[in-house]
Amino acid sequence: MRGEPRTLIDKLWDSHAIVRRESGDTLLFIDRHLLHEGSFHAFEQLKRRGGKVARPDLSFAVADHYVPTRGRSAPIADPAIARMVELIGTNARERGILLFGLDDPRQGIVHVTMPEQGLTLPGLTLVCGDSHTSTHGAFGAYAFGIGASEVAHVLMTQAIWQKKPKRMRVRVEGKISPGIGAKDIALTIIAKIGADGAQGHAVEYAGAAVRALSMEGRMTLCNLSIEAGARNGLVAPDETTFAYLEGRPFAPQGEAWVRAIDDWSKLASDADAAFDREVTLAAEEITPTVTWGTSPEQALPIDAAIPDPASVADPARAAAINDAIAYMGLRPGMKLTAIAIDRVFIGSCTNARIEDLRAAAAVLAGRRAKVPGLVSPGSSAVKRQAEEEGLDRIFREAGLEFADAGCSMCVGINGDLVPPGERCASTTNRNFKGRQGPRARTHLMSPAMAAAAAVTGHLADMRELVKGRI
Amino acid sequence: MRPFGLLDTIACPLPFANLDTDQILPARFLKRPRREGYGGFLLHDLRFGADGEDVSSLSLDDPRYGGAEAIVARRNFGSGSSREGAVYALADFGIRCVIAPSFGDIFAQNCTMNGLLVVSLTEAQIEELLASPEIVGAKPIRIDLEAQRIMCGDASYAFDIDPLRKTKLLNGWDDIDITLTHAADIARFVAADARERPWALPHRPQGAA
Repeated sequence: MRGEPRTLIDKLWDSHAIVRRESGDTLLFIDRHLLHEGSFHAFEQLKRRGGKVARPDLSFAVADHYVPTRGRSAPIADPAIARMVELIGTNARERGILLFGLDDPRQGIVHVTMPEQGLTLPGLTLVCGDSHTSTHGAFGAYAFGIGASEVAHVLMTQAIWQKKPKRMRVRVEGKISPGIGAKDIALTIIAKIGADGAQGHAVEYAGAAVRALSMEGRMTLCNLSIEAGARNGLVAPDETTFAYLEGRPFAPQGEAWVRAIDDWSKLASDADAAFDREVTLAAEEITPTVTWGTSPEQALPIDAAIPDPASVADPARAAAINDAIAYMGLRPGMKLTAIAIDRVFIGSCTNARIEDLRAAAAVLAGRRAKVPGLVSPGSSAVKRQAEEEGLDRIFREAGLEFADAGCSMCVGINGDLVPPGERCASTTNRNFKGRQGPRARTHLMSPAMAAAAAVTGHLADMRELVKGRI
Repeated sequence: MRPFGLLDTIACPLPFANLDTDQILPARFLKRPRREGYGGFLLHDLRFGADGEDVSSLSLDDPRYGGAEAIVARRNFGSGSSREGAVYALADFGIRCVIAPSFGDIFAQNCTMNGLLVVSLTEAQIEELLASPEIVGAKPIRIDLEAQRIMCGDASYAFDIDPLRKTKLLNGWDDIDITLTHAADIARFVAADARERPWALPHRPQGAA
């Protein structure tokens, strides 16, 4: 292997391989294991086996999926939800795992707060029982979601069996137009390659437009890798990464920091390293993009219209379009900007970082929303910063609710649901049937686009609302 | 875990693409302990109305497919959320094998961890299966993991499977037992790694628990 040009993916794989089998299965060492309320199945398995947590010092827990976003000073009303939040606390305490609980200033969505704390670093492997763990790849970490049985496995061994994925590089060349965000890039990629287009692949994002993204933008991009079916997504670490990490609480300090920068600078893919697949996009062609259907691949530029299944030759594809149109309550040929919405949600591990809230606030400032909406910051730290910057006031004056941090209306299991039949402009990651609640209809978009939908009452092009503002 | 032997079963058609894990098991059922059983929640919102009334037009609820241990579906089955509850719902319903053109990676791995077999065939083969007298008429097909073949009437479809995944399923083996035999390898790795990557351990800020 040494001497051969290697990709970032190869370098991370090689530096964590404990055992390699002839079949290609590799036992990888895990540097960070992140846990949340949903990990209770794994703790149950652990208990059943009489197992021990191998490395509590590398395990970190947070309450995010089930936490209330309002009225936190009062006890949680729903006993089943209260039990979930209690359970992660009990399990963490019993196993000696550091927990960012409901009252901790570090509480937040696992994929927002752990990077903020400096727990996500370049050159690490990181797993969590959540598919959006791909987010952490933004730092040049090898990060992927796993199921409950694998969580139990990592708890007991601090390692995991993996087959090496194929390597894919997605380059976004050129310069993104003002107001276009990482969400628009990601939805454009998913629409191009399909919701299973990257299955079996690790994806490295590269090109000038990716390099120009902030860490927040890179996290949004890597977060949505899973919606293209990828195992994980990565961006090579650079000065942007190092500047974000320096001085964060759990990031290396002193001599370790100097050594880290030196090592991390060597992680980038070698110039002549080979990828199994390459996809290239021109940044200039990326426009504000929204989903219209029930799969993230059903995404279109805002000036487009709902497709007509009658003009699709493949019967399976036509059936899928028909089915999505029926569920979403739309008509073939309808302009996207003619779709009226019932509410907006700005939040989730995809788009609830400070930069996202600023982008939404830039559209909302001095305007009123025509529909109700909820803003749930990605972490308690993001919430505090938004308040310092006065963004909370902009949201409230626009008529939106500014709440506490958690997964909230992205998945609805804390009780923040889109009512049946309602249509939500949402900055989240999944427009699946029933994702935000039974019969809820979801349109995915960037925070600026969700804000534009809020002030117009329908899907709208944010570019027309930010002239002279950004 | 129950070893995966020769399986002769009716296969239930679910001719939909992108049957994601949110549809397979809606999130609100995730907080239930496994021992309560997840089978009743499989594809819940496609089968039951707001008041729990049966609104299903799925073959899954057609009595002719009662007792089916296999499902035939279109592309990207089990995409989305990593929730293993989706596999618990399938397993507790009695499903042991899903046949589709492609699967969510995490879902496929969760299946293996729970003794379920996922078989990838081409889209054309899936369409052929969906139109076959055996699937349409709810007659048994044979799933032979050892031979890596599906026999459906006169048709026979070979499939690929990762050798280790196959061995684990055939024997009902568990990853944790296998990995614990590598404890010494893990310890050696950790010792060497401390020199290679001294920055990899989390820095403990003052006052951190």
